[in-house]
Amino acid sequence: MRGYLSHHAQSLVGALGRLARAPFATLLTVLVIGLALALPLALALLISNAVAATGGFTGVVDVSVYFKPDAALTKVQQLAQSVRSRAGVATVQVISAEEGLKDFKQYSGFGAALSALGNNPLPNVLHVHPTLEASGPADLEALRHYLAAWPEVDLVQLDSDWVLRFNAILQLLRRVMGIAALLIGVGVLAVIGNTIRLEIQGRRPEIEVVRLVGGSTGYVRRPFLYTGMLYGLGGALLAAALVAIAVEVLRGPVATLAQLYGSHYALNGPDGQALGAVLAAGLGLGWSGAWLAATRHLRGIEPRA
Amino acid sequence: MILFERVTKRYPNGREALRAASFSIDKGEMVFLTGRSGAGKSTVLKLIAMLERPTRGTVVVNGQNLGALKSRHLPAYRRSLGVVFQEHRLLDDRPVFDNVALPLAVAGASATEMGKRVRAALDQVGLLSKERMLPQELSVGEQQRVGIARAVVAKPAVLIADEPTGNLDPDLSLEVMKLFRRFQDVGVTVIVATHDLHVVHEFGQRTIILDDGEIKGGADAPLPSMTATR
Repeated sequence: MRGYLSHHAQSLVGALGRLARAPFATLLTVLVIGLALALPLALALLISNAVAATGGFTGVVDVSVYFKPDAALTKVQQLAQSVRSRAGVATVQVISAEEGLKDFKQYSGFGAALSALGNNPLPNVLHVHPTLEASGPADLEALRHYLAAWPEVDLVQLDSDWVLRFNAILQLLRRVMGIAALLIGVGVLAVIGNTIRLEIQGRRPEIEVVRLVGGSTGYVRRPFLYTGMLYGLGGALLAAALVAIAVEVLRGPVATLAQLYGSHYALNGPDGQALGAVLAAGLGLGWSGAWLAATRHLRGIEPRA
Repeated sequence: MILFERVTKRYPNGREALRAASFSIDKGEMVFLTGRSGAGKSTVLKLIAMLERPTRGTVVVNGQNLGALKSRHLPAYRRSLGVVFQEHRLLDDRPVFDNVALPLAVAGASATEMGKRVRAALDQVGLLSKERMLPQELSVGEQQRVGIARAVVAKPAVLIADEPTGNLDPDLSLEVMKLFRRFQDVGVTVIVATHDLHVVHEFGQRTIILDDGEIKGGADAPLPSMTATR
């Protein structure tokens, strides 16, 4: 058992040593893997930033309930109370016709014209914000149905079109990222497999001797698996570094753009989960590529006598 | 211990290197395998080491019918053999110690055990002081002895050597053969393929003679009484 563990340690150290002895070739391979892995990581970051920048649209989902002009404010407040007790409703805001008129005068610039009207043309209004969990299309539709059923209600307006479109775009981006990740994964597998294949060819005499003295396939393969994992790990670290640098470079312009839209949004770098995923992907692809290449090409190497 | 029963080996190029060869070698015996080059000596050793498989016939080593050996058991079988080559087949980028330790390393031996046994093997071939040197820094005779140390370090039951003295002068050849006999003395079965008739006569061991793939003499082990009185 100790011999087995020490062979793992030796394989790792040996693999590191061989990579360090050919720094240029190693760097080139790591660079290819790093650039490839950076693409899906950057896409993932784009998606998570898009969600964060828009606040996930929780603040935007808003159901506006316009009452008939003859509905009394007390009745409206009473109804607001019963909406509040409904599951899936976060907040309910009552805007009376008077408040609405005041706001409108203040912000629209039509103050004088409105004063000339004599009586208030605006209805009493409820703003209903559903909770995040109850913001799906079906939940919103059910809420709209519930509100529209009251006789005092004139119109229920649902601002969900934007949410649906935005979610559809996100869904599309996620799918694009999935496809990119899959294709790039196959590419990285091929790069590592080919690199390992070349290394196996270069070490053929050594492999033959090890076979001859009774080294099992697992024993012969082990150093190559470590080499593959080191390539994958190196590539993943490079990808993370590249994306982190890109985020720093983009941070200023994004802040400027956000400010022009009256927001203080700051670009997020890759989080722990994304970093963990890219490192795991690098290690996994490195191991698998090396395993495939080693198992395939070691089979043909039998000692000559 | 080692039994060849009507073994024929035909290579893919159509050459028959061995034709219905039958012979047996007892446990603890030392046997020379002679004949001109191309007579089939190397093929016999390759069949024992499972580097080739017979076209027909049966090879049995240590009671194990090699035809029935599963490929996943091949590494373990090879670990029960020691093999010495004419061109020593050492790893040039590793010191003597690591080369000799290789059979122990593949068997998963601990570092302490490895150190002990490698030094014992190097001591036997008289190279204890050179364990940190690289193979190229040694003479041809020393390289051959490193190869022998590697072959015996895991205490194999069978030691096979293919022209181990091919590159050596007569004095060194005798020295190497004496080394092999010391292993025989501790119970190892030794088979040496050589065309060096001088060495063969000097040692007077049983000699299996091959000619164009056929056994021409020495096929049977001597009677038990004869081995006992040797």
